[in-house]
Formats: sequence, structure tokens, C-alpha cells
Amino acid sequence: MSQTTPLKREDYRGNKSTLCPGCGHDSISNQIISVAFELGLPMWKVAKLSGIGCSSKTPAYFLRGSHGFNSVHGRMPSVATGATLANADLIVIGVSGDGDTGSIGFGQYKHAVRRNVPMIYIIENNGVYGLTKGQFSATADEGQFLKYYGKNELPPIDLCLEAVIAGATFVARSFSGDAKQVRSLLKAALAHKGMAVLDIVSPCVTFNNAPDSTKSYPYGEEHEIQLQDIEILAPGYVPDREEITVGDYAEGEIIEVDMHDGTTIRLKKLEKGHDPRNRMEAIRVLQEAERERLLTTGLIYYEEPRDTLPESLNLTPTPLAQLQGNSLRPSKQALDDVMKQYM
Amino acid sequence: MAIDIQPEVQISGYKAGVNDFALMVATKNGSGSQTSNLVLIRSLFRMGIPVSGKNLFPSNIKGLPTWYTIRASKDGYTARRATTEVTVAFNQDTITEDIANASEGGVLITNKDLKYAVNRTDVTVYELPVKEIMAQAEFPKDFADRIANMSYVGACCFLFDIPLSIAYEALLDQFNGKEKPAKMNHNVIELAYHWAEKNLTKNVAFRFEPMNKTQGKILIEGNDAASLGALFGGVTVVAWYPITPSTSLVDNVMAHMAMRKDPETGKSTVAIVQAEDELAAAGMIVGAGWAGARAMTSTSGPGISLMAEFVGLAYFAEIPCVIWDITRTGPSTGLPTRTSQGDVLALYFLSHGDTRHVVLLPSNAAECFEMGWRAFDLAEGLQTPVFVMSDLDLGMNLWLSDPFVYPDKPISRGKRLDKVELEEFFADKGEWFRFRDYDGDGVPYRTVPGTDHPRAAFFTRGTGHADTALYSERSDDWVQNLTRLHRKFDTARGMVPAPIIDYKASKSIGIISYGSNDPAITEARDKMAADGVETNYLRLRALPINQDVIDFVKKHERVYVIENNFDGQMWQILRTEIPGDTSNMVSLSLGDTLPMTARWVHTRIFQEENK
Repeated sequence: MSQTTPLKREDYRGNKSTLCPGCGHDSISNQIISVAFELGLPMWKVAKLSGIGCSSKTPAYFLRGSHGFNSVHGRMPSVATGATLANADLIVIGVSGDGDTGSIGFGQYKHAVRRNVPMIYIIENNGVYGLTKGQFSATADEGQFLKYYGKNELPPIDLCLEAVIAGATFVARSFSGDAKQVRSLLKAALAHKGMAVLDIVSPCVTFNNAPDSTKSYPYGEEHEIQLQDIEILAPGYVPDREEITVGDYAEGEIIEVDMHDGTTIRLKKLEKGHDPRNRMEAIRVLQEAERERLLTTGLIYYEEPRDTLPESLNLTPTPLAQLQGNSLRPSKQALDDVMKQYM
Repeated sequence: MAIDIQPEVQISGYKAGVNDFALMVATKNGSGSQTSNLVLIRSLFRMGIPVSGKNLFPSNIKGLPTWYTIRASKDGYTARRATTEVTVAFNQDTITEDIANASEGGVLITNKDLKYAVNRTDVTVYELPVKEIMAQAEFPKDFADRIANMSYVGACCFLFDIPLSIAYEALLDQFNGKEKPAKMNHNVIELAYHWAEKNLTKNVAFRFEPMNKTQGKILIEGNDAASLGALFGGVTVVAWYPITPSTSLVDNVMAHMAMRKDPETGKSTVAIVQAEDELAAAGMIVGAGWAGARAMTSTSGPGISLMAEFVGLAYFAEIPCVIWDITRTGPSTGLPTRTSQGDVLALYFLSHGDTRHVVLLPSNAAECFEMGWRAFDLAEGLQTPVFVMSDLDLGMNLWLSDPFVYPDKPISRGKRLDKVELEEFFADKGEWFRFRDYDGDGVPYRTVPGTDHPRAAFFTRGTGHADTALYSERSDDWVQNLTRLHRKFDTARGMVPAPIIDYKASKSIGIISYGSNDPAITEARDKMAADGVETNYLRLRALPINQDVIDFVKKHERVYVIENNFDGQMWQILRTEIPGDTSNMVSLSLGDTLPMTARWVHTRIFQEENK
């Protein structure tokens, strides 16, 4: 069945959201819809996966033409890993929350990053457990107060910092209220070959929108520091498995990063002058942001992607899920030969 | 034997003789004795004598005591023998105990260099001066300690009539045809042989004579057989986490996976990932199964516990995957190097909510292979997780088997619609909904991600859904879904391997068992028959059960459900599954961490029958 008419933006939508009105997560879903529409993303090629939590409900609210999987709490990374092994041609979008990624699934998150599972890993980070009505998550600010749980005495886990340390080659942070930047980073992440981590601070309007929380609208709007102004020069969505090289960074106003699909990201530096290809600098920026309670957004870290997990396993070009007959079962002769070794 | 706590009884039919006795070798773990023991086994195999070996080893890499038993049986019995007529005591830490436990009328071979005192007059004692024997030749220093254990192989060759040439062939088998290590080891065997020839007098009661009963047979571990089954079953994704006693299953998949190289590109058609834990391994196979792979994992009890949540999700989201459980004595860490069938109840009902699972129950190496490939057809055919329950005894020990039979039917992907088939489905039915029961068998039609069709997509969730796959919190949708899943489970009853039944209406006693107990039961039935007690036998090969099992139970005065766990778990399952009065079913459960012996089965049935 072929498409006779071009898809409209609403064709990229999903079911109606059941999240609270004003939830930052819905805004992120909207940006995914917009980007997919702008790029003409082939929905049949996309697999959208999530764990459990408010954020994990959202894959039902975008890209209705894509297979979706709402799995178990914190374990989306392993399910996504399996899906990419079965079919390395899929465009995998994982959506997770700070409870999923920062607590119950922290180990899976770090190992998926370490394995360079080819996917976009979106964390819709609000510092609070919404579905169970407002407990602190591991990314909540130290010293923050919540109505029923009092003061948070523990330091937050920075999920971007963890990604950089675990070997991610694309780490970005954004703010759900900044639609333009979210869209730019989504496009850049789609053009990236390996794991692209996108930690999007997404305020919880019901349980954690106190002005002193770094994960609230008022705080985000007041304290967001953008590292760069991001411009995406996309030739359209053309998957490409060729290696690319990034030239030495020359001092100047604009950094251009060529992505694997021919896309170029132009990073117009703001006052911070951040070069995302410097790992120590990325770590410094993240630590400074935590110390000074800044919401520092943009492409924090980028490096030439190493082999993805399916690439490192030297698999057939045909996705494993589509192999048939003889590719799946060796011959009778092969069995007879192996039996002789045991006689 | 030191750790045998199975009861001693007065029953006949277990006398030892030529080609019909067992050796028990006591050594230190990691001392190289495993090679010596395997050479003895392979030698008997090459002499045409049915042989089996069991390693009773500690949870330790080096230093703790290990006992290896080798049984020769002219009648082809492969169960653990309750008595070991020959004891090789080569471990200082256990030698006193090993001497005390040597079988009356048996043979005791010791390492004379150890400190011990023999106070037994009822056994024939042979003391080997191992250092003196080793001093007769120059061995590279690094190897001397490791190959010293070959001295008891040499002594056994002389004492029990194993030709030296056969031992050399067995060494070549062991070292994959490499002559250098084979020759070095054989040198020790020869020196010990000649020393024994000069200094010892044979005990003629125990010796080996060539037979022709292993011609055309193979000698293989159950886990190795399972790995071949998986590869011939078209496995494409393996995710796993190391755990005794299942590790060698995936190790063997890796060892054999070259046979699954794509001939055109030379690339692999199998992805193997060592996960960060069993929970992630389960997640990976669920994700892979969802996306269209033939995915499997292999684990043991503690891993099964960690996989419980994902198994429930896969059951309810109807995702095919295969999970091997090589069971060990549990719970938790338990006794990781001892055998058990203690997971069967957990597997059948694994996860929260209303879940029941298909569990395949191989009894021998050939079935490990067969169920290894069939499991994938069943998982995809039923769109559900399929367990295959083996155990340490079956998985990690060497078994005599006929060569494996090539799969008798092509790979079946079940009700999986590709782009064209989906289009045809719409043309035929005018609709397609993921969880709608179009055929009345409870098994719906699925698509996988990456199907280039605008209506192929659906949303998978563990939460409530209608048959349209849409989110639903309606109780009638929930109940309808569970009712269909029951229907699917009933469909499974006719698809899983049927029980093997040996039945004559004239017999009033029935035996039901499964898995690695089969050798003990087969032998016990022969010996009981010789004592005038005839039995029928139903060997379960899978859960859920079919009508044959119900009929078998109903047709007997007494049915003994025999298994190797402490609580009689299969007996409990059968009591739940079989309608009406089941008070004629008697649970005989062992669960002493050791492989079952025929003598135990025989004794227990006689005790019950004489009540």
C-alpha cells in the first residue's frame, strides 16, 4: 500500500495525551511530531520505546504510524538494545524519565550508553515521581522542599555527566519550554550514528513547579543559559552508514559538525564559547552548572561516533529479524559434520 | 561416597562385575584431574562400553575437593550408580574420609605421597608412589603438577585392562588431535602403567572388556547439545549473563556459531551480547523478540528470579522468546554446583498476575538438541515466552547419545505478517487488530517494527489493552483478553512435545517423571521388574499437560510422581491440573543435591508398596 498523498503534520500525531494540562512532556512530544513532519521521517522505520512513568506514556502520543513499546520501569534501554540487534535499520526513539533513568534503570542506562546502542535516548527530566504523586527522584535538587516529603538531603545525579563518563558520543541538554532548541537537538540527534542522549528538563506542573526547583518553568525561563545557537542544515532524511570525519576545530564564531546523513550542525557560540568536542570542557560546564544552579542547555558533548553495538557484532547487512530459511538453519551436512566431532 | 546421603536398602540387582561398576575419583578442584577423568571416560567409550561421567564439584576455582564418578554399564544404564566400587583417593583434604567410605569388597587407589593410614581389610588397596613415577622422566616444570594426575589413569589402565593405545586415542580426542600435549600426558600414563605392571596384582572382579555398544554414538554434554539446537533452530539474538551451571550453553553457541556465518557476506547471523545482569538479558530478548528476532537467553534459578517481571510482560504483550533454565540447588545462591529440579513450579507460574507458561523438559542430550530448535517454533507459533528446563546434571555432564536427528520440519515463524501478507489480510478480513482472535485458537496475528506498511504499526504494552491493542482500563476488555490467553494456553497443550508413555493395562502401578531422572527410572523399572514388580511409565516432556497425562493418572491404582526437588513440585502442578480425585498420586521427591540413582527409586517405590 503506497502513500498517494503527502503526509500532513497531524498524521505524525498519536493518541490524545492523558498527562496533566501544561505538562512539559507534551511539549516534547509536539516537537518530535514537528521534526518528524519537517524531515518526512518514515514512520514505519521508527520504533518508539519507553519504560514506566509519566514520560513513558508519551510514545503513545506521537508518531501513530510507528511501532511502540511501553515496557517495564527503568528497563527501556535493554528492550531498545534487543530491538536494535533484531533490526539495526530501525530508527529507535527511547523516551524515559528521571525515575526510570536516574534510579531503577540507572545501570541499564549506563550500559546502553557504553554499548553505543544506536538510538535517541530522551530523558524527560522533572526531578519528581509524578505517577506515584510526587516523591523525589535522583535528579531532584539538594535542599529542595516537596509538600509531603520535606527536604531532599541528597545531591542530584547529573544524567548528562553520567552519559559523558559512560562513553556517549552525543550528549545534549535542553528545556521543554524552548521549543526551537528542542527541535534543533532532536534533528541533530536523528542525524547522529550512535547513542544520542537528550536530557530535557521538563517541569512537572502538578508536583514540582516550585520556583526554587531547577526543573520548574519559572526557574528554567529565568536561569537557562544556552551554550550555542544551533542551526541544522538538513538535506532531508537519508540514512547513511559511511564514516565521517570532523576537522580540527579552528577558533572562530561558528563550529560546523557534519553528521552521517549529510546534515550539518552549525553551532553559533554564545558568551560561553563552548566547544562540544572537548570532553574535559563538557564535564567542567556540567559541574559548573550544578554548582551555580544554572540550566545550561545545548550540545554539551560530541565526538566522532565509534562503532554501534550492531556494527561491533559484525552482523549481516540484512536485519536479523528478516533472515529466512537457509540463513537461519545450517544444512543436514553441517549437522552430520559436527556430530562426527563427538564420536 | 562422602556426600551421599541417599538411603541404603536391601534390594537386589545392583551387583558389580565386568563392565559394570563405577569409579570415584577424589581430587582437588583445579588440579588438572578433569582431563584425567575425561580420558578415562573417552577410553571406555572407545572400547565400546556404555559410559557416563558425573562431576560433583565445589563452587570454587581451585583447591576445594571434587569427586568425579565414572560409570561403566554393559546394559547401557547411565544414571548415577549408588555405589562406587573403585575409589581413587588423591586429595589430602578428603583422603581419610574417602578411605572410610570406600565400598566394601572394592578397590582403593591412593597417592602414596599423601599422609594417611589405611585401616580397611575389606578393600584391595593399591598405593601409587606418584613422585617416584614422575621422577622417571623429565617434565617441563610448569606441567609436572598438572599432569601428575595422569598417573592414576595409567594405574587404572593396567588394573582394569584399558589398552595404552586406547588411552592415547582418548588423549588425542581430548586435545583436539594435538599430538604434543597428548604425548606428554601419555608418557605419564605409560610410566604409571609399567610401574603398576611390575608391582601390583590385578583384582579380577573389576575390569573392562571391549564391547560394541558405542559404535555410531556420540558423547556430549547437554548444554552443548542445547547450543546446537539453538543454532539449528535459527536463533539470531542471544543475550545472557554468566551463571553456573548454564554458562557453558552460551559458551558453546559461541564455539559453534561459525556454522551460521552468511556464506555471501561472511558476516554473522547471530548476535550475542553479555548483558549487565539477567534482568537486562531478559529485556534484550524481549526487545529482540518484539522486533522479529529469534531470541534466547540461558540462565539458572537466581537469573530466573530477576527475569520474572519481563517474563510477565512478554506473556501479556505476547512476545516470543526462549529461556533456558539449567537448574541448580537453590534458592538464591544455594548450592550452585549441585543439581536440582527445584524451579519447575516457579517457571510454570513465573511473574505476577495470572500467568502460566510453556515449559519444555528435555531428558537427554538428543532432546536438548531437539527442544533447542523446537522451542523457537513454539515461541513464535504461540507468541509467548517458552522455557526449556534442563539441570546441572544433564547440562554439564557427558552423555552417551545417538547422533542428533536433523529437524523434520522447516522453520516456522507463526502468525507473523509481512507487508504483503498484511495487505492480503486486510483484503480478506477488512481489518487487522493485533490481539483479535481470528482463528479461534487464541493466537493473534502480529507485525514487527520495520514493516513498510502504513497500517502495520501497533502499540505494545503490558498494561490493559483491548484486542485492538489500544489502551483500556475496562474490566470486560481485561477479562476478554485473559480468556483468550487461556484459549491460547489450551492450544499450547496440543503443540508442545507429547509425553512418552510405556503402558500396559495389566499393570497397576504408574510412574510419572521428567527431565534427567529418566536414566534412574529406566534402570529401576528393569530391576523392579526382575523382582516381580511391573510398572507403567509416563515421561512428561512439557507443560502444560495434555489429556494423555490425565488418562494415565486415572487408569492406575497408584501413580508415583518422581522428581529431584524436595517439595514434589511437579506433583503439586499435576494436582492442580488434573480434575477430580488425585489421591492415587504419590509424591516421591528427592532433592538431595545429587543426581537420582535407580536404587533410590527402587527403594522408595518398594517402601511405599510395602506400607
